[in-house]
Amino acid sequence: MRVNVTVNGEPKQADDVWEGESLLFLLRERLGLPGSKNACEQGECGSCTVYLDNTPVCSCLVAAGQVQDREVRTVEGLADGDRLDPVQEAFVEAGAVQCGFCTPGLVVAAHDLLDRVPRPSDPEIREALAGNLCRCTGYEKILDAVRLAATRKADPESAAR
Amino acid sequence: MDFLRPDTLAEALALKAQRPDAVPIAGGTDVMVELNFDHRRPAALLDLTRIAELRSWDVDGGDHGDDHGTVRIGSGVPYTRIIDELGERLPGLAMASRTVGSPQIRNRGTVGGNLGAASPAGDTHPVLLAADATVEAASTRGTRLIPATGFYLGVKRHALEPDELITAVHVPTTRAPQQFAKVGTRNAMVIAVCSFAVALHPEQHRVGAAVGSAAPTPRRASAAEEFLSAELTATNQWDSPKPLPDSVKRRFGELVAQAASPIDDVRGSAAYRKHALSVLARRTLDWAWRDYSEKVA
Repeated sequence: MRVNVTVNGEPKQADDVWEGESLLFLLRERLGLPGSKNACEQGECGSCTVYLDNTPVCSCLVAAGQVQDREVRTVEGLADGDRLDPVQEAFVEAGAVQCGFCTPGLVVAAHDLLDRVPRPSDPEIREALAGNLCRCTGYEKILDAVRLAATRKADPESAAR
Repeated sequence: MDFLRPDTLAEALALKAQRPDAVPIAGGTDVMVELNFDHRRPAALLDLTRIAELRSWDVDGGDHGDDHGTVRIGSGVPYTRIIDELGERLPGLAMASRTVGSPQIRNRGTVGGNLGAASPAGDTHPVLLAADATVEAASTRGTRLIPATGFYLGVKRHALEPDELITAVHVPTTRAPQQFAKVGTRNAMVIAVCSFAVALHPEQHRVGAAVGSAAPTPRRASAAEEFLSAELTATNQWDSPKPLPDSVKRRFGELVAQAASPIDDVRGSAAYRKHALSVLARRTLDWAWRDYSEKVA
């Protein structure tokens, strides 16, 4: 089928799509957006997390045929031009990135958390990131990054420094 | 493979009647795993996500804001919304929903999908059984209600006819305590090693109890229900609840474990499951009964 979908604010089209393939495959292999990562293909690891109609989902569990006329926002769509989103900046600065494979999914999940809960408690952060696996960092630096991003978003002055 | 995309329920039922082999897909949290790993190549997928009728809930018999009525939850309502919107009316179902997967999975997964997959390990089944839920199934021939107790027929087998779709689940609203507990290796992203739900029904002087992931199907622990209900009624505990004696809690746990017929598998041994169920039963009963005692006092 021909899939029409809005991705990161732009209308996109892909032809000859097999409807049963995943949204993740559509993004990576047909639309040239490899930011979302392919690891478990069963919703266990969270590295393919994207927004679908403003809700974070595992893109490996969404059938390509289901995204017709819907809106997708990937990790590529978080930055404002060259200016990284505060969550992305905080991940870099806090050392929350090692091999980087889980990072896009974690960044999207953390981005959604801070949209819903501007000053999350540690249990809220842990709960929100429970579906994203990282095998490098031990998660402490990731928690640091989310706390830092929350502080910066609450006080944009400190982000400018 | 055909991909069918109905916009209305009527269209979906007509398609399912024409193509009984079409596999319904909503959140995709089970179906897409099977597709991604080539475990299944259905002749057709029937996408239910565009059908607005399936994504709402309401209260049958009018919402009086009290403990009357039954909530009819459209089969496409995701767990996240059950947790956010129905936590007070349906405490047990919300509790079980919180233990499903991860935020991403709860944003997509639905009770309709849990029922359609009919896995013995599905998280919501014990609560649906203990809380006297009914499953609404529809086809072009009409709509029928199937009590949860008659829905689960075997491992991943249920009572739907090939032309039927699950359109809703009906769960009685309650103010009475309900509890759900599940054993797993983590607090998230875990398939239950075993699970247990208890629901108090004070107006009927009755207790509902059911086990998950401990038999070919989720199932009621009827002997445990009958023992505890009789015990509480005989000692007039519904009107003036007192702390439950250890002997009663222990017996309840034993009877719950006896209701299970678990297997040994990678997640746990049969003996472990039985032991864990008796612990979960005692523990959740204790929580529910303390809560009830405080409410009555």
